[in-house]
Amino acid sequence: MRVDISVQHEDFDAGAELADLRAASRSVGAVASFIGAVSDSNEQQRVSELELEHYPGMTERSIRGIAEQAGRRWELLAVRVIHRVGRLPVGAQIVLVGVASRHRGEAFAACEFIMDHLKTRAPFWKKERTDSGERWLDARASDAQAAARWSE
Amino acid sequence: MLTLRFFARLREQLETSQLAWPCCDNVEALIDSLQAQRGALWGELLRGANIVIAINQVVARRGQRLCDGDEVAFFPPVTGG
Repeated sequence: MRVDISVQHEDFDAGAELADLRAASRSVGAVASFIGAVSDSNEQQRVSELELEHYPGMTERSIRGIAEQAGRRWELLAVRVIHRVGRLPVGAQIVLVGVASRHRGEAFAACEFIMDHLKTRAPFWKKERTDSGERWLDARASDAQAAARWSE
Repeated sequence: MLTLRFFARLREQLETSQLAWPCCDNVEALIDSLQAQRGALWGELLRGANIVIAINQVVARRGQRLCDGDEVAFFPPVTGG
């Protein structure tokens, strides 16, 4: 299984990344992906931008661990994760998770598994700027529940 | 020596992102030593119920032994994605 992880300030070309996943092997029959973006509102507040902090080194290592865990659970051909850091305006892409496999079932499930665990394990922190100032976001119980259901 | 790292809200509250600190037996002893020399706020924040501890970039428990040269990080629950 091919695993590529990037943590970067720059934006990414999701189309080119998915084409690259499709070309990972002649056995690829399915590519599933998720893109997270900066929304203009959160908890009834208007958001102007997000700032993402991370723990360089541990971030990449943690995402790679999650991708490899997915690779032991499903038969995957390639995994691509890109996560942006720094200041991101409304509408910006934050994260891409792409998975290539032989069949769609594995690709869909692994994509969601990787995203659920990334949200609860990878050391990123979001600070939100709104009309009433800035605040660090709190972890959501619903994210912990989403990750926990994979171990049921 | 240990390398200590603090992130996000905790980094702002402690006004510190990185610190070199003499080695301690375990994380609990490390927090005691930080509290003794840096003040009560350090003990209070680093013992916070939600605070995650990583040793050499792997999530760890407070009782885990520390070795000279270890990197110990403290941070709030993660909120990426």
